[in-house]
Amino acid sequence: MTTQGCAAPAQTAHLPATVDLSNEAVIQGKVVTRDGAPVSSAYARLLDSTGEFTAEVVTGDEGVFRFFAADGDWTIRVLAAGGVSVDTTVTAKTGQVAAVEVAI
Amino acid sequence: MSRSDVLVDADWVEAHLDDPGLVLVEVDEDVSAYDKGHIRGAVKIDWKTELQDPVRRDFVDKTGFEQLLSDKGIANDDLVILYGGNNNWFAAYAYWYFKLYGHEKVRLLDGGRKKWELDSRELVTDVPQRPKTEYKAKEQNLAIRAFRDEVVDAIGTKNLIDVRSPDEFTGKLLAPAHLPQEQAQRPGHVPTARNIPWSKAANDDGTFKSDEELRKLYTEAGVDLSKPVIAYCRIGERSSHTWFALHELLGLPDVKNYDGSWTEYGSLVGVPIELGEAK
Repeated sequence: MTTQGCAAPAQTAHLPATVDLSNEAVIQGKVVTRDGAPVSSAYARLLDSTGEFTAEVVTGDEGVFRFFAADGDWTIRVLAAGGVSVDTTVTAKTGQVAAVEVAI
Repeated sequence: MSRSDVLVDADWVEAHLDDPGLVLVEVDEDVSAYDKGHIRGAVKIDWKTELQDPVRRDFVDKTGFEQLLSDKGIANDDLVILYGGNNNWFAAYAYWYFKLYGHEKVRLLDGGRKKWELDSRELVTDVPQRPKTEYKAKEQNLAIRAFRDEVVDAIGTKNLIDVRSPDEFTGKLLAPAHLPQEQAQRPGHVPTARNIPWSKAANDDGTFKSDEELRKLYTEAGVDLSKPVIAYCRIGERSSHTWFALHELLGLPDVKNYDGSWTEYGSLVGVPIELGEAK
């Protein structure tokens, strides 16, 4: 058993079975094009209520990203090739999955 | 030492990809990124399986590091260019690790994989074959590595920089927010530590801020740049990023990375912990 690192796990549409949702304030979203097609390999950044960077993941094949946040208001900033940078706000609550879709 | 001795940009890498004696190395915890596509000619190092001892919580020893680099086809006088995902966290960690074992010529690709991808630069899936070398490492340079007792001794005497996100620092979160939060250790931070998230040293695209911006950032946050510094995070990779900014970019002489970081400190019996904002 090696030390668990800090890299993000695979960004899948389904919550990993090991996650106990009752203890987590999950923010899960999907990055899509204007036509609704999922965008993989985009960068989703989680910013706290003061705009401070908190975490970042790369979207998976289904355009999915997921954060384990805390109760409160957060901003998701999506970066993609071509200088794309789109901000969306979301409220997280323990025991729930706050869903968000970001069109770029 | 100037910035270009430690940091190169993507244009420089594209222009020098085929230089003899230059080895590009992608470092990630999840190496599936490399397998999907990497910069032409780059070899991969797996942070978890290749840089960590498989049994004890520690690094591979000197012999293990020699074996690893020999197998990767990296020679002592090669110029190693490191890059990776997660805003270069693991590449910065590897940079610090290469320095720990005394590799002379090593640089970071500014912005890492992210900037390269956002620029839509070429990625390939061909895995290069490099002939084996006989790499010789030096003994660990402990002038850049801090252990737990030094951290306790540094409380109130040296600069302690906690580079985790503000919510991890105050104790609201136990891990970065892309990870599940169930952890064994106590939340909080080392008393007298300043919270200067690693991300403040980087732009949105993952490149480092300018020397002037960095100096202003640390000075305004209460770091006395004339005193020794110990940086830590959760497991020591984000703090490698800050170690790089302070030691390699700003040229501070005495900066150590505490790789035990919060997963060790927050599990120690009897050490002081502070919760909430910095006091």
